[in-house]
Amino acid sequence: MSAPARTAWHRARITAGRVLSRPAAAISVTYLAITIFVSLTAQWILPIDPLYQELSATLEPPGAQFWFGADELGRDIFARVIYGARTSLLTAAGAVVIAASIGVPMGLVAGYFGGWRDAVLMRIVDVLLALPGILFAMALIAVLGRSQAAALVAVGITGIPSFARITRAQVLSLRQRDFVLAVEALGGSASYNMFRTVLPNAWSPILVQVVILSSVAILLEAALAFLGVGIPPPTPSWGEMLRTGKSYLYEAPTYAVLPGLALTLTILSLDTLGRVLANVLEDRREIAEDEPAAAPVQVKP
Amino acid sequence: MAEGGARSAPPVLSVRNLSVTFTGSGRDVPAVRDISFDVHAGEVLGIVGESGSGKSVTSLAITGLLPPTARVSGTLRVGEVDVTTADAETLRHMRGREVGMIFQDPTTTLNPVLPIGRQVIEGQVSHGFVTQAEAPARAAALLREVDIPDPATRIGQYPHQFSGGMRQRAVIAMAMAGEKRLIIADEPTTALDVTVQAQVLAVLAKRQAETGAAVILITHDLGVVAETADRVAVMYGGRIVETGTVREIFAAPRHPYTVGLLQSLPRLDVVADRLVPIPGQPPTPARLPPGCAFRPRCPIGRDRPLCAAEDPALRADAGRATACHFPDEIPTLLGAPMPPRAAATPKPATTTAPPPLLEVENLQVHFPIRTGLLRRQTGSVRAVDGVSLSVRPGETLGLVGESGCGKTTTGRAIMGLIRATGGSIRFGGDEVTTMDPAALRRTRRNMQYIFQDPYASLNPIKTVGDIVAEPLRIHGLFDDAGGMKRVAELFELVGLSPTMLGRYPAEFSGGQKQRIGIARALALAPKLLILDEPVAALDVSIQAQVVNLLQDLQKELGLAYLFIAHDLSVVRHICNRVAVMYLGRIVEQADRDTLYEQPAHPYTQSLLSAVPVPDPARRGHTGRIVLQGDIPSPAKPPSGCPFHPRCFRAEARCSTEIPAFRDLPTQPTRAACHFAAPRLPEQAA
Repeated sequence: MSAPARTAWHRARITAGRVLSRPAAAISVTYLAITIFVSLTAQWILPIDPLYQELSATLEPPGAQFWFGADELGRDIFARVIYGARTSLLTAAGAVVIAASIGVPMGLVAGYFGGWRDAVLMRIVDVLLALPGILFAMALIAVLGRSQAAALVAVGITGIPSFARITRAQVLSLRQRDFVLAVEALGGSASYNMFRTVLPNAWSPILVQVVILSSVAILLEAALAFLGVGIPPPTPSWGEMLRTGKSYLYEAPTYAVLPGLALTLTILSLDTLGRVLANVLEDRREIAEDEPAAAPVQVKP
Repeated sequence: MAEGGARSAPPVLSVRNLSVTFTGSGRDVPAVRDISFDVHAGEVLGIVGESGSGKSVTSLAITGLLPPTARVSGTLRVGEVDVTTADAETLRHMRGREVGMIFQDPTTTLNPVLPIGRQVIEGQVSHGFVTQAEAPARAAALLREVDIPDPATRIGQYPHQFSGGMRQRAVIAMAMAGEKRLIIADEPTTALDVTVQAQVLAVLAKRQAETGAAVILITHDLGVVAETADRVAVMYGGRIVETGTVREIFAAPRHPYTVGLLQSLPRLDVVADRLVPIPGQPPTPARLPPGCAFRPRCPIGRDRPLCAAEDPALRADAGRATACHFPDEIPTLLGAPMPPRAAATPKPATTTAPPPLLEVENLQVHFPIRTGLLRRQTGSVRAVDGVSLSVRPGETLGLVGESGCGKTTTGRAIMGLIRATGGSIRFGGDEVTTMDPAALRRTRRNMQYIFQDPYASLNPIKTVGDIVAEPLRIHGLFDDAGGMKRVAELFELVGLSPTMLGRYPAEFSGGQKQRIGIARALALAPKLLILDEPVAALDVSIQAQVVNLLQDLQKELGLAYLFIAHDLSVVRHICNRVAVMYLGRIVEQADRDTLYEQPAHPYTQSLLSAVPVPDPARRGHTGRIVLQGDIPSPAKPPSGCPFHPRCFRAEARCSTEIPAFRDLPTQPTRAACHFAAPRLPEQAA
């Protein structure tokens, strides 16, 4: 089955080319790529440590040793911002995986079968939607305790309804298309049809939602940390830094400004990327070359 | 044009050396290349061509409605206005006063939120020809002129309250309001059923005779052209390749493409053993072959260097014009005249009638109508209401009817794609409706479905090789059947090169996609194919290729076909027996020749008489029955015989008593009519 892989690869390449041809998206992608790369490889490429406490250097202003100053425990603010990106990205990735792996199948089943399955699944979604995200997350963390996993699960669950609804809407419009009926007429089972025919044709808005939920997850994680219920210290987190840094705005302005800037730029980049991606994918031009095959039909005499 | 020169009045429309090139996509795409023609008052010019021939672009150029990416050269005069140089305001006035447009789809031409009467008269009011005060009365008068009953009430109604045929008549009223001098009708009846098409063409002809307007009729349907046009221009690859009077074009075409079009057309009045298709496919404007655009498909020019090197000019010759280097050789293409009807009857070898492969009895498919807060069922749409039919091995049963009659629903219910609410479907003796899913899947291996729209029925993100292999993979037979070797065989079987296995559906033309759909259906070696309008979405020259392929496959593989179609000519060509459907029921069933020569049910009779025959010599034959009204809604079928409100034989009994579907004593026909009988000689043509 090498051909379908080639399809996905081919389409991805063309889509990526179209996204990167827009300057705003190109800048966003570059920023995100640098953020991801640096945060993952920091321990090898940067001579900094986010946990080391230089107690003689508390709230030291920017200088040769601490490029952007030190916090109230003498830790390198720059290092903590870099490593804080890890926390944000990990939460985003985990939340997206949880939300998509539960929401997408829910939407798929609801849209494909309709009837009582649709009614039951969509009522579950309605219930999830009725819960205010941040309160639900706080309640969950109160039960599970403060940990990276709890934050990630909490954010993931609040992301389920959007995936379920988007997938369902896509499936509903694909369900009556002839090529889906054709597979049914060939004797393909419902699960074959759902996962092999419908889902591969429904991925574009799901992909956009992945980007959007990443940004929502990063914000929600920061908000939880800011409220003091996020990742427990000493793990660096942007929200946690904002929370503490706001008390030292005069002594060490970089303490709050730097993580705030990182957070803002990340969210801005993700939202820009999501918007451009949605535009590109909505453009219904055929991804494949749009000209009929040059090879002639062999006509029987 | 010689005919134009003989007239004293200047032409209403004069086109000289018109070229339209689209520049939007980065390279120049020539859609129309150097065409010239005139249209005079009171005449109908038919422009015939396949998709991509430039006929619609021509009509947009005439009205100045081309997008800004189009580069136009040449001159285009409508009355005194030169359209290519006029400013926007002049063009607006020209469109309001001189030119009326009728588009293909009346549903999208009319604004759904404005009353019909206001839309019909809007242009007249805004150009100051009619005052607000007299607008309603004028609108009503306009609707009356296109035979819409009760116009005073109708002007206050909205488009959704009009049926398709009435909407198109309202569009005609709108286009012809204010004595326009030029009417451009772009495929005006393509979206309509054949009985409604007859009504609309009659109204168009009547209004033209009354106003003396010049009409440009753009169509792909040679039957419509033969019945309505005075002169014909045939377009191919953005050029006019032949012009002449309608009789000349049909009787003695002078361009190989025209010859090919006429020969590839299945006809109601002539039964040929086999259609003669034009090989290959029409060129897209973006990739025109060098020299003569038709050369790659031309039996005369295919191997000639002159044709490959030089695009022939449109040369006038004895009152007609043809763009061919070798017009003198055309008569050799015509060959022997088509054999008279009934020359060949593709009867199946039925020495002893084999048991039917498919038997459908009293099939019903009702869709519930739910209303109100509690979604209570308040009625049902009787899409299929008691259909019985049978298909024997190796034969073709045609299922014919107009849109909304339930023929597609019947096919899908047989296939198990829609649940039947009543009746029985037996395939090879086994009852399908009560099968469990596993047994149903096994049965489906022997029964396959071909969809109408080849563009929609192939998964766009799979290669065509994988699409054809899919049924084998689903049933776990891929390796047993021989893997990709089997897929390559299937490709060759349907006339496609196996080198194209790795391509995607978007890279193929409509006809090729339909071949891929057929290859996929044949992968499991079925016994029965349900073909739902398999050629309706294809160009005429491609239709013939696919029809021939279907006939070859039937002979080679002994397939049985249930051929669902609205095109009576194609059905006559391919089917052994025919069943006619109306409003969810079969009203008549007989073998092909009996049905076409001695139709017994009044609906069949009017249906057959409404089909335009591509032979101008037979124009004005007196046998046409123009049905009144439209097909009623299957949610509220009329009482008694569902056809009685439109029937010319209906009597009091018909509105109360449902006629039984029974054998006729006089001929081998089953019909559901109290007064089933062949047409009287004076009624027939």
